[in-house]
Amino acid sequence: MTRSVFKSPAYYFTGNMEAVAAQKKQTTKAKAEVVISIKGLKKSFGKKDVLKDINLEVNRGENVVVMGRSGEGKSVTIECIVGMLIPDAGSVKVFNEEVADLNDKKLKELRMKIGFLFQSGALFDSMTVRENLEFPLTRVLKIKDQHELDERVKEVLEGVGLLDAIDKLPSDLSGGMRKRIGLARTLIIKPEIMLYDEPTTGLDPITSREISELILDMQKKYKTTSLIITHDMECARITADRVVIMNDGAYIAEGSFDSLHKSKNEIVKEFFKDIS
Amino acid sequence: MAAVQEQELTGWKKWLAGIGDQCVFFTRFFRNIFTGGFEWSEFVRQCYEIGYRSMMLVGITSFIMGAVLILQLRPSFVKFGEESMLPTSLTVSLIREIGPVITALICAGKIASSIGAELGSMKVTEQIDAMEVSGANPLQYLVVTRILAVTLMVPLLTVIGDVIGLLGGFLAINFTDSISFYLYFHKCIASIDFSDFLPAFVKTIFFGFAIGFVGCYKGFNSNKGTASVGIAANSAVVTASLWIFVIDAFCVQITSLLFYR
Repeated sequence: MTRSVFKSPAYYFTGNMEAVAAQKKQTTKAKAEVVISIKGLKKSFGKKDVLKDINLEVNRGENVVVMGRSGEGKSVTIECIVGMLIPDAGSVKVFNEEVADLNDKKLKELRMKIGFLFQSGALFDSMTVRENLEFPLTRVLKIKDQHELDERVKEVLEGVGLLDAIDKLPSDLSGGMRKRIGLARTLIIKPEIMLYDEPTTGLDPITSREISELILDMQKKYKTTSLIITHDMECARITADRVVIMNDGAYIAEGSFDSLHKSKNEIVKEFFKDIS
Repeated sequence: MAAVQEQELTGWKKWLAGIGDQCVFFTRFFRNIFTGGFEWSEFVRQCYEIGYRSMMLVGITSFIMGAVLILQLRPSFVKFGEESMLPTSLTVSLIREIGPVITALICAGKIASSIGAELGSMKVTEQIDAMEVSGANPLQYLVVTRILAVTLMVPLLTVIGDVIGLLGGFLAINFTDSISFYLYFHKCIASIDFSDFLPAFVKTIFFGFAIGFVGCYKGFNSNKGTASVGIAANSAVVTASLWIFVIDAFCVQITSLLFYR
């Protein structure tokens, strides 16, 4: 009995199923740890106000897709999250730490928990794939043991299905392969948060879909929290637990892909009009 | 905090902000030499790329410069019957001034532009950002190694260039006159002392630092656009060349005060 009281006190004392459901919801909410919290974020470049009022919370293990037209400041938001840009106003907290207040050492520690996949893949073009993947391991995690380096490089390359490309230079790889290697390089340090900056831009539909599915697979495998910036509807449909629509420097709608698909909001409808 | 604050500045404010940026970059460079692990393998690679790969160009230029100087000086010396002074004049001018400055200008053209373009293109393709957000230190890997490699290599290249320049002079003298190799180099070495060599060598260290620093600064701080790669490379050469003359003028003044009063 004692156990049942602790397990479900609402049901024990009231016998009310609704109360149990409400409590369950509350428990779930309490369990959902917020890893990224953005409040009132503003950022201007010269006279152009790019971010006017951004508010967003991302829970641990969640895949959030941010959609918006080009030049809306989607990438600026994630650059503020990793401390590449300082917000003009507002708060950006990652793991409950205000990013703008962190010193170099703390910022480096935070960045070790965040993986950032750039639009271009941003592979170091003077290095082979192996050297690209070893770079964060030797410089950030300070791993010197060659056996361990080889193991981790092989593991991520198998994960993205490109073990054969280990000794190739980035110039020998296709666009899709570069994105995969870029993804492998960010995952190799086992980050807790993954930030994707338009991961499928410039790719054909088949490769786009493969990359989107790979993002989902990797999220399940490494149990990361993901924030995906895209305007690729197929990518959003495949990867999103929650979609946020951005317009004119602010988030105007939020919900699951299906719920936004049925939205009455004119701007949201514009995004989804080509989706059957 | 290592972050980029985007602001649109114009006129003198932009100029002052540029000076401030360079001071910050300078401080960060020195701080990064002593903090964290030093990238020895990258430093050695840069020494090879910068030093060894510039040797041929410096050698050929110095050889021609030595030969041309003798050919240009000879008619005047003949007028005064002082042909025997040609090795001495060549050595003093080559060691004290022409060798260091010509080598530094060649290095500015070759090395500063290549560093500016390389780092500029890394900036455009987000490779520097990728290093930074991964928690690695791009300054330590890209900037410290390059600046130190250039600072070390330019004096060595200058010494090599000086010797090759003297060889060029020997060949040019033997076009018209006849002098033995032993006598020529004996005259060359006898004409200089420590006060000729040391200040010239020290200033090449500053030349090397200026070339590396300007190349890295221009590349590292280039804008995001393909045109900015060209601008970074071009302004790296122009600024480094200008700095070489400024440092040279400054060093000559100090040398004159210390050694030639």
